[in-house]
Amino acid sequence: MIDEPHDGPALMAQSGSEPPARHEPATGLSVKVDKRLGNFSLRASLTIPARGVTALFGASGSGKTSLLRLIAGLDTPDSGVIRIGEQTLVDTQRSVFIPPHKRRLGVVFQEARLFPHYRVRGNLTYGMRPSARSRFDTIVALLGIKSLLNRFPATLSGGEARRVAIGRALLTEPRLLLMDEPLTGLDGPRKQELLRYIARLARDIDIPIVYVSHDPDELIAIADHLVLLDQGRLLAHGRLEELLMRFDLTEYLGGFDAASVITASIVEHDHHYALSQLRLEDGQRLTIPIVDKPLGTTLRLRIPVRDVALALSTSEQVSYRNQLNASVEQIGLVAGNKTSIELRLRIGEQVLRARLTRKSFDELGVKEGMPIVALIRSVAFDTR
Amino acid sequence: MLSNAEWEAILLSLQIAGTAVGWILIPGVALAWFMARFEFRGKALLDGLLHLPLVLPPVVVGYLLLISLGRQGFLGQWLNQWFGITLPFTWQGAAIAGGIMAFPLLVRAVRLSLEAVDVKLEAAASTLGASRWRVFFTITLPLAFPGLLTGTVLAFARALSEFGATITFASNIPGETRTLPLALYTLIQSPGKEAAAARLCVIAILIAMLSLLISEWLAHKAKKRLRERDD
Repeated sequence: MIDEPHDGPALMAQSGSEPPARHEPATGLSVKVDKRLGNFSLRASLTIPARGVTALFGASGSGKTSLLRLIAGLDTPDSGVIRIGEQTLVDTQRSVFIPPHKRRLGVVFQEARLFPHYRVRGNLTYGMRPSARSRFDTIVALLGIKSLLNRFPATLSGGEARRVAIGRALLTEPRLLLMDEPLTGLDGPRKQELLRYIARLARDIDIPIVYVSHDPDELIAIADHLVLLDQGRLLAHGRLEELLMRFDLTEYLGGFDAASVITASIVEHDHHYALSQLRLEDGQRLTIPIVDKPLGTTLRLRIPVRDVALALSTSEQVSYRNQLNASVEQIGLVAGNKTSIELRLRIGEQVLRARLTRKSFDELGVKEGMPIVALIRSVAFDTR
Repeated sequence: MLSNAEWEAILLSLQIAGTAVGWILIPGVALAWFMARFEFRGKALLDGLLHLPLVLPPVVVGYLLLISLGRQGFLGQWLNQWFGITLPFTWQGAAIAGGIMAFPLLVRAVRLSLEAVDVKLEAAASTLGASRWRVFFTITLPLAFPGLLTGTVLAFARALSEFGATITFASNIPGETRTLPLALYTLIQSPGKEAAAARLCVIAILIAMLSLLISEWLAHKAKKRLRERDD
């Protein structure tokens, strides 16, 4: 997808802010809950770091929204404990239940849920803390909703309404922002736009975000951490890049469209050919369609597994612009796919996934540990 | 234009119906909210009890009031002893009779409009830090306002037209409990008062029409405010 190469949210410019912490600080959210709802049961035990965007990811019916509702206090678990930092929000054994209005967690619902009888301004200030008053203008500007302040919610478009809902939640100065599929029902361009606002938010306002989604594209674009749920059970949780590397999770994380995420920084713009040169942290170069960001900006790039081809040596004879020296780190299979072999390649500190047919695999004689060249088409960079 | 007796009956009717609605408004809204938002054992029973005044002959309600709140009634005795309050044959007694007859109409209308308010908006308000009270007064009640208005006017009209329970419990005392319907009844009973009865009948129709029109107009205004699009 290169429909919006300029200033797209998946660029994840991280200049000027540290990358999210590698280990999870003790002030995050810890959840250990059991909840039955008719035939469905949710059982999960996990921690959510106090920084960055954590995606609760799974198909519909996986329990991700139920989990969000438990965290927000809109439902009570049958048993379990939920803690944020040092504070216990729920402890069924000790009969602790902090009601939602005392939790100081911001929630952005799927349908925006703006109050129809308040103007946008009234919606924004409904739960505003006095201490947030000085941030009103900043947040309004950040979300681009200044011109909407005197309108009623009925007159807003879907994307506008959701931006207002995000602003409304932020102005309560929450300790954590919970977002329940905030892009559902928006069309392509609106989706991109809102995703960009959310990505900017995670960067500019240092607030942990829990983001519920069933769309691998969305989570790859904004998540730092991933909580993978399937039928009410926790499949895996951890850093996004690491989970994307796991062959056993491929069927949940996009399947055919699975992708890796790598980071690189801009070192050169070529305006003549409209290309940008990126440098990986091991020094190798990548070329992508020009990106309207200053030199030195760190970008997060999404490389679909099927857009990586392999060769035994570098070659001038192919049109693949990007050829990265790598080594084969792991070879595996994806359940249900008999034609393909999955490879994990190491490029310096980063890891890239590739997929090739069993036939090519045998012909190339791929072995773990052997050096190999990863061929990546320039256009394969998902700069969304 | 109107005779003194007619004025007396009209003003007394308005006073009694207004007092009746004033007394039942808060308990009625509270009960409607409770019924609209909570599931509990015995809800159907409570609902049935609540609607009883609608289906019972009003005389039965008046009789029950008399044996409970009358001078010899268990509540009436107690009220008289401790507070010196006497209800039968007073305008306050008439207001109680009207209020009880109007109560189901008020609760029903308010409950329906409260049920129509999206609980998801209430949940959203609570996540924004609003307590239950604040959610009720800033989200639920404003959104249910047209229904509240309708319920109030219906209740007012019902209390205004109350006859059976009133005459049984509060009797038909000129200047004290002789409301418009009772005055009309008295005229019909008296030979040669046909013209006066017809006048009162027209007045009753006018008052009822007027209250309906006012409520329609207010509800329309309230709805328009809720649906307001551009400005």
